[in-house]
Amino acid sequence: MDVQSWTFLLVGLSFSLYIGIAIWTRASSTSDFYVAGGEVNPILNGMATAADWMSAASFLSMAGLISFMGYDGGIYLMGWTGGYVLLALLLAPYLRKFGKFTVPDFIGDRYYSNVARTVGIICALLISLTYVAGQMRGVGIVFARFLEVPIETGVYLGMGLVFFYAVLGGMKGITYTQIAQYCVLIFAFMVPAIFISIQLTGNPIPQLGFGGKLSDGTFLLDKLDGLNQELGFHEYTSGSKGMMDVFAITFALMAGTAGLPHVIVRFFTVPKVKDARISAGWALIFIAILYTTAPAISAFARTNLIRATSNIPYTHVPEWFTNWEKTGLIKFEDKNSDGVIQYLAHPDLNELTIDNDIIVLANPEMAQLPNWVIALVAAGGLAAALSTAAGLLLVISTSIAHDLIKKQLNSKISEKKELFLARFAAGAAVLVAGYFGVNPPGFVAATVALAFGLAASSFFPAIVLGIFDKRMNKQGAIAGMVTGISLMLFYMIYFKLGWFTQTIPPSTDWWWDISPEGFGTVGMLVNIFVALVVSRWTTPPPAHIQQLTESIRYPRRTA
Amino acid sequence: MKKYWSYNLKYLLILLSIWFLVSFGAGILWVEELNKIRLGGFKLGFWFAQQGSIYVFVVLIFIYVRLMNRLDKKFNVDEN
Repeated sequence: MDVQSWTFLLVGLSFSLYIGIAIWTRASSTSDFYVAGGEVNPILNGMATAADWMSAASFLSMAGLISFMGYDGGIYLMGWTGGYVLLALLLAPYLRKFGKFTVPDFIGDRYYSNVARTVGIICALLISLTYVAGQMRGVGIVFARFLEVPIETGVYLGMGLVFFYAVLGGMKGITYTQIAQYCVLIFAFMVPAIFISIQLTGNPIPQLGFGGKLSDGTFLLDKLDGLNQELGFHEYTSGSKGMMDVFAITFALMAGTAGLPHVIVRFFTVPKVKDARISAGWALIFIAILYTTAPAISAFARTNLIRATSNIPYTHVPEWFTNWEKTGLIKFEDKNSDGVIQYLAHPDLNELTIDNDIIVLANPEMAQLPNWVIALVAAGGLAAALSTAAGLLLVISTSIAHDLIKKQLNSKISEKKELFLARFAAGAAVLVAGYFGVNPPGFVAATVALAFGLAASSFFPAIVLGIFDKRMNKQGAIAGMVTGISLMLFYMIYFKLGWFTQTIPPSTDWWWDISPEGFGTVGMLVNIFVALVVSRWTTPPPAHIQQLTESIRYPRRTA
Repeated sequence: MKKYWSYNLKYLLILLSIWFLVSFGAGILWVEELNKIRLGGFKLGFWFAQQGSIYVFVVLIFIYVRLMNRLDKKFNVDEN
């Protein structure tokens, strides 16, 4: 069978599985819809969290980014896993004890104020919308390449599917489809990695093959350092970013991870505080399987890529090269008209442009793996994008139905009506996400990276202070969140989107050499500082709030 | 009860210091020095940045879970 038939078969099978699960796990109450009834097994919740968390960016873009960045790629690897330590130690167990449905619930109750709740809703919507746009785009790209349909059609198909199971099943449906999606995506990620690791280094474990020897007896990474330098790039195992920036980005990604509302809400779905703790551990194990494999794929793919293209006559390029040229993700421009591909770091001499996203998608083709493996990657990429999109859509719909309408505008609304509203809001959110998928705001991983800055500078400090600082009051928390997220937004618009100036300002203008992606760290520090100062100058929180803060610190209160 | 909380804070401090040392320390601040040491085909600093820190993170969470479960029992605040 050819690649396309395999893709239709595997994508079709996986989609029917998700639909089947959605029908089987329909939500019948708001508690089902928002937190899956609060009775998910912690290991399964860990798996669902991993799928919820690992997005199109993790699956499709990350290994590619690292492949071009080398050592600097560590910012994503450490940043997106280290956040789970913060989540497990500083947030998850306490939020589970608090035991409501959403992050704005916690913000609103702990800071006894609907203003705080509304700030929470705005932050949640801003973060989730920035993030979901990238997911729909990922779905479009996979469809476009593998099923040869226009990107738009791909986006519509993805929307239809997410609409079906998110609207029908809510959190309950999403949880069980995410478990299935985790299995699909991890299998799809590991199979090519294992094959390629064996091909290149003879070791079936990619994490070990990464540090293994090639057939000519040199270590893979030494070979790659050499190849990179020959072509004028920096050594693979050392970086080109400033240390300050690497530090700031890593921290922003960690704090952002711990502050993402769609990840936090997963810890409301387990029965006990104890389960919330262990569930974060399981989630990180499931995530680490992909995250320790990704950098190995990056190194394998870069070696294969350089070998297959550098100084090869254009007439001799492999078939995958021509396939991907059609999508515009690989471009060859024969600047010196010698008919040979020069892949070099120097921008005037380089003749080859390669999109990051191609590395994972084309990797099995580069390694000449069987057609079913190539198709499997397509199914995996879709699983990653859809599972994250669904989690985000749920946050958007709960923010509107529960936090805004039920808690603020009309508290007398019946459960049945609230459930209907939640479904309606999820449906509307799918449409918005689809719009962004068709008219994407730039590059998948870049937009996603900025959502972390927003989360790091708003929720993360507000929640941590709410748990660990009994004296923190509503004035402090609101002032902190507003300054933090505004500062982050300003920096992102100024230096990333360039709306205030005619051209995007150069990186030499960055404050303290920190890029927009790393600025969440500054936003977070400013948030904490403002919150502490303001709270000490205003009245302490009322007694019942101090008691609430006290009670979430203990899994069970003795009499 | 105060004691339970101060134990908890002590655990957090220790575990988060390790979290900081392996990622920001070994993976970023001292990466050049550690890269002079080799671990098979890896330079050690690079290995911490792209592999080692992640393994340590997983271990840290499981240690935390064990410590806290023990502490809950000791102070009789565990859920039945």
